[in-house]
Amino acid sequence: MHELSLASAVIDTAVRHADGRHVAAVHLRVGHLRQVVPASLLFYFEHVTRGTPCEGARLTFDEVPARMRCEACGHGWELRDLQFRCPACDAATVEVVAGEEFEVDWISVDQLEESCTA
Amino acid sequence: MHRVKVRVVEDALDANSTLAQANRADFDHHGVTVVNLMGAPGAGKTALLEQVVGHGLGDVRLGILEGDVEGSLDADRLARLHVPVTQINTAAGFGGECHLDANMVRSALGAVPLDEVDLLVIENVGNLVCPAEFRVGEDARVMVTSVTEGEDKPLKYPLMFRACDLVVVNKVDLLPHLDVDLELLLYRIDKVHPDVPVMVVSGRTGEGVDAVRHWLRELHEMKTAARMTTVS
Repeated sequence: MHELSLASAVIDTAVRHADGRHVAAVHLRVGHLRQVVPASLLFYFEHVTRGTPCEGARLTFDEVPARMRCEACGHGWELRDLQFRCPACDAATVEVVAGEEFEVDWISVDQLEESCTA
Repeated sequence: MHRVKVRVVEDALDANSTLAQANRADFDHHGVTVVNLMGAPGAGKTALLEQVVGHGLGDVRLGILEGDVEGSLDADRLARLHVPVTQINTAAGFGGECHLDANMVRSALGAVPLDEVDLLVIENVGNLVCPAEFRVGEDARVMVTSVTEGEDKPLKYPLMFRACDLVVVNKVDLLPHLDVDLELLLYRIDKVHPDVPVMVVSGRTGEGVDAVRHWLRELHEMKTAARMTTVS
């Protein structure tokens, strides 16, 4: 449901970094905890890119697994079954090390030859 | 023409975060503490606010910024209680946004009498997913979940339950009529967000609302003390 807004945010970021060039591909890193539905994001991305420098761009992503670390005992674990308490010492003071990303990792842009000589 | 790869490595919501920080700076400048109130449609966000506003927060002056897709039904309910209420309709945005973002709040700031308010509650659009993604410049986030929504919601919407600083479990007056297991709901809230403060209330009878009022007062006192330290 939030994928429409997220698609718009991705396009804004890509366009800013494209510096006026056409964007051919956008690659994201999406954390497992972001509750992003890939099919939904792709659907909105295609619609929202129309009429922008990202029109026709291919959207790909890597999912980043959720990794946790206990601030009390230092135990690290990969999150499964939404167990946010430390499985080793039961502490509540845990930190999400990875899995909350929603970042544009890289884009590929079409570079005109003449701009290379400038 | 050839194709080149550009490294970006930037949070796609950075633009929103920047605007949220600008909002926060404005709020700080006016000494206003801001709470982002979130929850599903019908969870009882407005009813809880009516109870809080009705009893007041002592000398802490309340203000409300009301986000809805359409209409001003909630704002009208709250305006009867004689606090400044400002309405934002998200339908004017791109197809009726399902949440408030920092930019929408920013555009409404001119209409909020910040000098007459100590604690501003921003009632977000009813939704259990999107509002958790977008900071608006708040000091704290409070979510309302109601027992009628069932015990499974923390496991289905962990992002929202993890994004908040306080969970208010509403409509406990209805428990005798429901098959819902309150203990299981509380266990699951603690599972996805260990040690988050939880308050069990009824927006209808007012049961438990004093604890929420106390929490809001303490939040404002804490933020005010923190601002004084920063200034001096």
